[in-house]
Amino acid sequence: MALDKIGIAKRIAQEVQDGTYINLGIGIPTLVANFIPENISVVLQSENGLLGIGPFPEEDEVDADLINAGKQTVTTTKGSALFSSSQSFEMIRGGHVDLTILGAMEVSENGDIANWKIPGKMVKGMGGAMDLVASADNIIVAMQHCSRSGDSKLLSKCSLPITGLRCVKKVVTDLAVLDVLPEGGFRLLERAPGVTVEEIKAATAGKLIIEGDIPEMKI
Amino acid sequence: MINKVVANADEAVKDIPNNAVLMLGGFGLCGIPENCISALLKTGVNGLTCISNNAGVDDFGIGLMLQTRQVKKMISSYVGENAEFERQLLSGELEVDLIPQGTLAERIRAGGAGIPAFYTPAGYGTEVAEGKETREYDGKMYLLENWLKADFALVKAWKGDTSGNLIFKGTARNFNPMMAMAGKITIVEVEELVEPGELDPNHIHTPGIYVQRIFQGKGYEKRIEQRTTRLK
Repeated sequence: MALDKIGIAKRIAQEVQDGTYINLGIGIPTLVANFIPENISVVLQSENGLLGIGPFPEEDEVDADLINAGKQTVTTTKGSALFSSSQSFEMIRGGHVDLTILGAMEVSENGDIANWKIPGKMVKGMGGAMDLVASADNIIVAMQHCSRSGDSKLLSKCSLPITGLRCVKKVVTDLAVLDVLPEGGFRLLERAPGVTVEEIKAATAGKLIIEGDIPEMKI
Repeated sequence: MINKVVANADEAVKDIPNNAVLMLGGFGLCGIPENCISALLKTGVNGLTCISNNAGVDDFGIGLMLQTRQVKKMISSYVGENAEFERQLLSGELEVDLIPQGTLAERIRAGGAGIPAFYTPAGYGTEVAEGKETREYDGKMYLLENWLKADFALVKAWKGDTSGNLIFKGTARNFNPMMAMAGKITIVEVEELVEPGELDPNHIHTPGIYVQRIFQGKGYEKRIEQRTTRLK
């Protein structure tokens, strides 16, 4: 069965390494924070100027001056730090953030990502996405394998306006975990529980590389 | 010390002319100059270019200045929370320049720091790069982005002294410190205005040299866009 959003977030949480600084995008990526194992110590970065995002506040702790990049009220962890937007993006562009997890509308087999604009629809803006994808060494995309209309979002070439070129390293969808290879192509690593390789093949428009037996994800 | 205090928001913004270029601090509705925005609604100045990460919501922040048609152009990174904005954009009443958030922050910082342009990787290979110079450094491509400056920067800080030294709180800092640097006239509203010596110089985020006018604001609403809580 295909994973729900929580399942995708749980699987991505397994990718998180101890001692790293991580930027989580809006949507499924934000949920990843809830499933990072307790024996792992990470610092979450919010591009509006916070290192060390804590859980949502209790009702009497709500502070309008403390929000995340999704404009949600948050708390700070012990040992957190606050800074300006320019310093925030200095740490992003400077390569100091170890891992960026974000959503996407499309990913191409050479790692291009499109996630900010649909021609003909109101454009809301790219926010910090272009800075993040142009800078991070390790980018994991969390998304549904296919759009609501059933079209594959893993393509040979993005059809929507690009957010960044050759930057995505890994994709975790409701159906599969895939590496994006430097030479091009999605290498299938794992299947969602009960999902067959044939189903993943049918849902992937870009070049899919299948080597040997593909294990099921352990969620 | 130089005293930069003005009586109130009306006094602070009264000489902002039509067609001025403004910077307004804030991320979403967090750390926005609420008092200055209210005062601008009263002066009725129009044709404004507003440089601000976001455009407020329909009935708060810069959204209020959109309702009164005072804004000609927005320069922002994300403008998604505002139906009136969308209507004016689609009808051609409003121009908008969308800029990657880090590029926006750095262009403002550069404006205040005397750096006319810089190379950034953000937007390379996208429509943001159209018409811009590109260059390779260590095997990676970058594009040239220019500084941004403003006639007036409207900044919100937590505490400030009468000579303009500022301390911000929480994530309400965001774009405010760079905008303070990049305004020809920087107007600051603070929640608490104190005498020189009352703020520890070790804790100053923005030195007063960047500030021309300061006043203690009142009636802060500090509206929250996404009130998210957990149970005890």
